Amino acid sequence: MQALKADNSGFVIGPDGLQRLLEVLAGEGYRVVGPALRDDAIVYDDIDGVASLPVGWTDRQEPGRYALERREDNACFGYAVGLHSWKKFLFPPAETLWTAQRGSDGAIAVSTPERAPDKFAFIGVRSCEIHAMAVQGRVFEEGPYTDTAYAARRAGAFIVAVNCAEAGGTCFCVSMETGPRAEQGFDLALTELADGAEHWFLVEVGSEAGRAVLEQVPHVPATAEQAEAARAVSERTASGMGRGLDTQGIKDLLQDNPEHSRWDDVAERCLSCANCTMVCPTCFCSTVEEHSDLTGENAQRVRKWDSCFTMDYSYIHGGSVRSSARSRYRQWMTHKLANWIDQFGTSGCVGCGRCITWCPVGIDLTEEVAAIRAAPEEGRSR
Amino acid sequence: MQAAALKDPFVPDICRVASARRELADAVTLELEPLSGARPDFRPGQFNMLYAFGVGEVAISMSVSAHENRGFVHTVRNAGAVSGALAALEPGATLGVRGPFGTGWPVAEAEGRDVLIVAGGLGLAPLRPAIQEVLARRERYGRVTILAGCRSPHDILYQRDLERWRQRLDVTVEVTVDHAGTGWHGDVGFVTGLIPRSPFDPDKAVAMVCGPEVMMRFAAGALLKAGMPAADIYLSMERNMKCAIGLCGHCQFGPAFVCKDGPVLPYDRIAGLLAVQEI
Ligand code: SF4
Ligand code: SF4
Ligand code: FES
Repeated sequence: MQALKADNSGFVIGPDGLQRLLEVLAGEGYRVVGPALRDDAIVYDDIDGVASLPVGWTDRQEPGRYALERREDNACFGYAVGLHSWKKFLFPPAETLWTAQRGSDGAIAVSTPERAPDKFAFIGVRSCEIHAMAVQGRVFEEGPYTDTAYAARRAGAFIVAVNCAEAGGTCFCVSMETGPRAEQGFDLALTELADGAEHWFLVEVGSEAGRAVLEQVPHVPATAEQAEAARAVSERTASGMGRGLDTQGIKDLLQDNPEHSRWDDVAERCLSCANCTMVCPTCFCSTVEEHSDLTGENAQRVRKWDSCFTMDYSYIHGGSVRSSARSRYRQWMTHKLANWIDQFGTSGCVGCGRCITWCPVGIDLTEEVAAIRAAPEEGRSR
Repeated sequence: MQAAALKDPFVPDICRVASARRELADAVTLELEPLSGARPDFRPGQFNMLYAFGVGEVAISMSVSAHENRGFVHTVRNAGAVSGALAALEPGATLGVRGPFGTGWPVAEAEGRDVLIVAGGLGLAPLRPAIQEVLARRERYGRVTILAGCRSPHDILYQRDLERWRQRLDVTVEVTVDHAGTGWHGDVGFVTGLIPRSPFDPDKAVAMVCGPEVMMRFAAGALLKAGMPAADIYLSMERNMKCAIGLCGHCQFGPAFVCKDGPVLPYDRIAGLLAVQEI
């Protein structure tokens, strides 16, 4: 995807235009993935036109709580963020890295699956999620080694962003400077206006590929009022966000407080279930499993998502380095919010709120940071 | 994007076991030659990921300098399923190798200075290539001291090398065991206890330390006490490693990825982390 400055006021399409957009992308060979209702949640999955979208539904997200509700309107994108992020497409939960065969002479040979990378079109990507892709991109692509399969999938993806029209109950993108308005990293960006009888989308173009696709969709230039109305949507969303994370000096705050009593406190609540790491759009940890067939002549290396909350994760020489829940939660949060800055020059958190919503006991990292900030000297170790 | 044209760093090269030699009751040294005919090049302190067919991969450091032209030489201790399968390989068998990975010992940086090698148990394996390269250009260094500690006289790794080095008049070699038993007339006690009486000038020395984490912590403490600056003390860290290329997250030690920022790290960078339990 090539970066291109968005046109000043953009274009307008209607719900039919959205349908057409999805058809054009499918026609161009993209695997079109977007929000869909599954098992009482909005998830990202293969979609087949506007009819697959969660039209008229919204999500209520609170610490440890998630529920779907009907909306008064027919908005297609009237929810905050889906359960899993787009991570599951670019960085699959399980992926065969290579296979090995033992020949008749006993020698082993390795082959990589000839994989034409999936060409995804992601529909409804939130600004925080675009930032999350960029964060993972730094991990997987900016070396010294590159995950070549990931890089190929990401480079081939077509991104249709949607600017959030409402802040979710656990969102804090404003304080992370990752939203709610998508500024870059998309091919097309939509702002949905679904008030009363009117239902239209303002479209901004972010790349040449985006422009080429939009050309195949009936559209009109936006009027100044329409552009203004769309901008107001993002402003309203930003000002309605109830949660925030104070990132001032956060790297030193966490790195200097590994013995803070708050880690004991959170360890009493945390179940080490790893939900937070599974739903987080930037968590990138993986393990590798060896699968062999019954003949014992064929083996497969399969990479799978892993989590720093498991005991196995840090296992070495007959034990785990991090055997207590306290040390594992500390690792997760310190990595995400502090060490990540040393490692990749960016925070590992984009403020999407998923780890708060999907934590079964409602642990909220913004509160944990605030508690440490309130008494930073406590238990200071260095 | 040209990303697709890059080599996939997860895919191993295939090597053949040229020789397998029992080193200790539970350790074997394998000499590996790449089937491709390539001549391995790497720095002392670096490691490879060795893949045992059908079992898995494990990180093992190089134990002979690339200058000796013996391919990849690895001393493998049978400590689990993968290392057990590797230790059981016989000459002619094939295995997968990815590498070399990681940072090396500061062999070039130590020129003109005293060199202090402190090894605990199998920690001598990753240090041997550094010793070989220092001794190959002995005239470039000040005093050279090798301190090796083992559990018992049966656990002395590379005994023939130690004996050969000890015969030289320009190297100090001290070996100590935790538990002596009968027939041992050398030092008894932890290797860190040898540091205070070793001949080195703390202001112009480089220390390379490898062994169990507690041992390295104590060794670093003793070296500091002897007057060495933390920045001149190098440790080789060990963590769980799955990928060795900075992508899986497993080897994190505070902000450092042991696989790509280490394994060899200067003590001034990690002293604070080493002081925290379960980091
Ligand atoms: S840490 Fe939580 S809020 Fe931050 S990006 Fe991950 S899931 Fe979202
Ligand atoms: S913080 Fe919550 S979601 Fe994460 S491991 Fe602990 S209990 Fe599970
Ligand atoms: S071993 Fe995978 S990141 Fe270091």
